Amino acid sequence: MSATFMGMPAFPEAARAATGDAQLRHNLRKATRTIRDKRAAVVEELDDWAGLRAAGAAIKNRTLRHLDTYLERLEEAVTAAGGTVHWAADAAEANAVVTDLVRATGHDEVVKVKSMATQEIELNEALAEAGITAYETDLAELIVQLGDDTPSHILVPAIHRNRSEIREIFRAKMAEWGVPAPDGLTDDPRALAEAARTHLREKFLTTRVAVSGANFAVADTGTMVVLESEGNGRMCLTLPETLISVVGIEKIVPTWADLEVFLQLLPRSSTGERMNPYTSTWTGVTPGDGPQEFHLVLLDNGRTDTLADQVGRQALRCIRCSACLNICPVYERTGGHAYGSVYPGPIGAILTPQLRGTASEIDASLPYASSLCGACYEVCPVAIDIPEVLVHLRERVTEGGGHAAERTAMAAAGWVLEDRRRLTLAQRAAAKARGLVPRRLPGPGAAWTDTRDVPDIPAESFRDQWRRRESGAPGRNERKKRGGRR
Amino acid sequence: MRIALFITCVNDTLFPRTGWAVVRLLERLGHEVVFPEAQTCCGQMHYNTGYRREAQRLAVGFVRTFADADVVLAPSGSCAGMVRDNYPRLGEPGSRLEAAVAEVAPRVLDLSELLVDVLEVTDVGAYFPHTVTYHPTCHGLRLLRLGDRPQRLLRAVRGLELVELEGAAECCGFGGTFAVKNAAVSAAMGSDKARHVAHTGAEVLCAVDNSCLMHIGGTLSRQRAGVQVLHLAEILASTEEEPASP
Ligand code: SF4
Repeated sequence: MSATFMGMPAFPEAARAATGDAQLRHNLRKATRTIRDKRAAVVEELDDWAGLRAAGAAIKNRTLRHLDTYLERLEEAVTAAGGTVHWAADAAEANAVVTDLVRATGHDEVVKVKSMATQEIELNEALAEAGITAYETDLAELIVQLGDDTPSHILVPAIHRNRSEIREIFRAKMAEWGVPAPDGLTDDPRALAEAARTHLREKFLTTRVAVSGANFAVADTGTMVVLESEGNGRMCLTLPETLISVVGIEKIVPTWADLEVFLQLLPRSSTGERMNPYTSTWTGVTPGDGPQEFHLVLLDNGRTDTLADQVGRQALRCIRCSACLNICPVYERTGGHAYGSVYPGPIGAILTPQLRGTASEIDASLPYASSLCGACYEVCPVAIDIPEVLVHLRERVTEGGGHAAERTAMAAAGWVLEDRRRLTLAQRAAAKARGLVPRRLPGPGAAWTDTRDVPDIPAESFRDQWRRRESGAPGRNERKKRGGRR
Repeated sequence: MRIALFITCVNDTLFPRTGWAVVRLLERLGHEVVFPEAQTCCGQMHYNTGYRREAQRLAVGFVRTFADADVVLAPSGSCAGMVRDNYPRLGEPGSRLEAAVAEVAPRVLDLSELLVDVLEVTDVGAYFPHTVTYHPTCHGLRLLRLGDRPQRLLRAVRGLELVELEGAAECCGFGGTFAVKNAAVSAAMGSDKARHVAHTGAEVLCAVDNSCLMHIGGTLSRQRAGVQVLHLAEILASTEEEPASP
C-alpha cells in the first residue's frame, strides 16, 4: 500500500478537516448507526454468540500458529484442482504477477469483485500503467471508482456519499467508462441501482478476465470463498474465461467445516444479516463450467512480520466485517479517509502500522487515533483486543523516538508522580499558582480550552487535607470546603 | 471493615472533595478508612500513551503501597481498570512485579463494586433531591463491567430521580492524552455527549470518573448548559444534614 495514500497528513490533521465537514458527519452518523443497530439486533438473537466468537478466534489462532503448513496444503490442493499458485512478497511483486497474467490472455480489460487485498497493493493503478483497465463491479466500489475517490469504509466504501452525490457521479462519469447513465436519472435508490445494473451488465458480458479477492481460502480443498450482497461478484466469478484471485496469506481456514463458524459470524457482524445473500465458492477449474484458467496470488506484504509480533499478530485474525468501524466514535466523526489507508477505523489503526511500519507520520499517528474506549473489542467477532494492540503499537512509536517534547513531559511527569514528596510539592506549587491559570491556555492546552472550561485548582490537595485531619491540627473544615468548582 | 483508599492523582490534586465524599460515606457506613500516604499515581496516562517503562515504575510503587490492604477503593473507574486489567500485562513473566500484581490487583475495587458486592449495601442512606442522569464511562462499562450497580445505588437515594441518557454507552471523547492529541475529534465527541446530557433535562450528570466529568462538564459549562457534574461518591455521601449541592 502506498502511492495514493502517501503524503497523507497525520491523522489528527486529516481528522480535524473531516470533523468540520457537516455533510460528511451527517452521512457517516446515519450510515454507521443504522448498521450498528442492525448488527446488535441480530447478534442478540443468538444465545451462543460468545461461544461462536471464541471459536472464531480459536480457529484463526490455530491457523496462524501453523500458517506455513496450511499454506503448503492450500498450494497442493489448488494445484491438484487445476489452478496455479503464485507467491508475492510485496505489493510490487503481486502487481507484476497479475499484470503479466492479464497480458498473457491478450485482453486489456478486467472486471473486479470487491477486494481489499487488491486495493492494498493498488492493483488498479498498476494495471492502468500497463494499459489495462479494471472495472469495479461492487456497487459501492463502482461509485468510488467513478468518483475518482478512495474507499472510506471496508464494507461500504462509498459510505461518505449520499444519494444525490451518487446521482451526480453517475451522471457525470458513467459515459466515460461504458454505458452512460439514463436521461433524467433521479436519486431514488432503485433508479440508481438500475443505472448501475445496466452499466455493469455490459461489462460482465464482454470481459474475459476477472480479478477477485477471497474472504476465506480452505486449505484442505483449495477452495476460495467470497461473500457479497449483490450477485455482481458471482457474475465475475463465473462468466470470464480467466480468474485471478489475490488473497492475503492470513485468509486461510484449515477445513471446510471451519466455515460453519465464520459464515455465521461474518454476515451478522458486517451487514446485520442472519445469512449472507451470495456466498460463492470455487475450487480450481471445472471443464466446461466457469473460468477455465484459475490463478491464486498469495500475498504477504507485511503479514509475516505482523505474525512475528506476539501482541500484534491478533490483527491477522480480522475477517474484515467492519463492525469495529461502525461502532467506533472516532471513525463516526472522521470517516475512513483520515486513516490514510484502505483499512480505516480501529482495525486500520492497528493493521496499517503493522503492515507498513511506523516510519511515516500518518502511520505513527494511527495508533493514537483512538480514545481506547474499548467498543471495538466488544463487537469484534474474532475478539481482537484492539485497545491492547493500540497501546502496544504506541510503545513502538515512543521507543522509536516518538515526539521529543512529549517524551520529556512524560518523563518529568513520571519523575514527579513516582515519589509522594515530589508530588506533594508539585501540588502545592499548582495550588499557589491557581489564581494565575488563564481561562484559555496556550500551547497544547489550547486544545482543551478551545471548547471546554478548565476546572479550578483547589487550594489544597486531598493528601494535605488528610494529613491535617490525622494530626488533629486545627484548620479549615475540609468537609465544608468545596475543593474545586467544576 | 478496613478499607484502603487509592484517591488517584487526578482526584488528589483537582478533586479532593470526591476523596472526602468517599471518606464520609464509608465512615458513615461504619467502616475504617486509611490513606496510605506513599501512594501517587497508577500510571494510566503513561501506559495508554505508550510509555511502558514509566508505567512499570508507577505500578511497582502502587503494589508496594497497597501490598497489605484487604481491599483498595479507587473512586475512578479507569484507574481501577488500569490496575486490574493492565497491570497484569506490565510485569515480565516470572517477575516480582507480576507476582505482586496477581496478589493486589483483584482487591482493587470501584466504589459501586465495594458497596454492592463486598459491603452488600445498595441503600446507603443518602438524600439528594435532584434529577440525575448517569454516564457509565467506557472503563466502568467495558473494563470493570460495573453493569447496573451504580444505577441501583442511585435509585436507592431518597429524593433522587434518575433519567435515561441517550447514547450512554458511547465514549465522551476524553481518553487521557487523546483529548490533546486528537483535539478536534475529542471535542466533537464531547459536544455530542454534552448535547445528550442537556437533552435529558437533568440537573446533574453523574459518573464514577472525574476525568470524564471534567471533560463533559467543561464542555457543558462552556456551552452554558446549566447542568452540573458530580461524582457518584458525592451523591451517595449526601444527606439531609450535609447535602451535596449540585
Ligand atoms: S477487527 Fe474485528 S470487528 Fe474489526 S473488521 Fe476485523 S473482524 Fe471485524
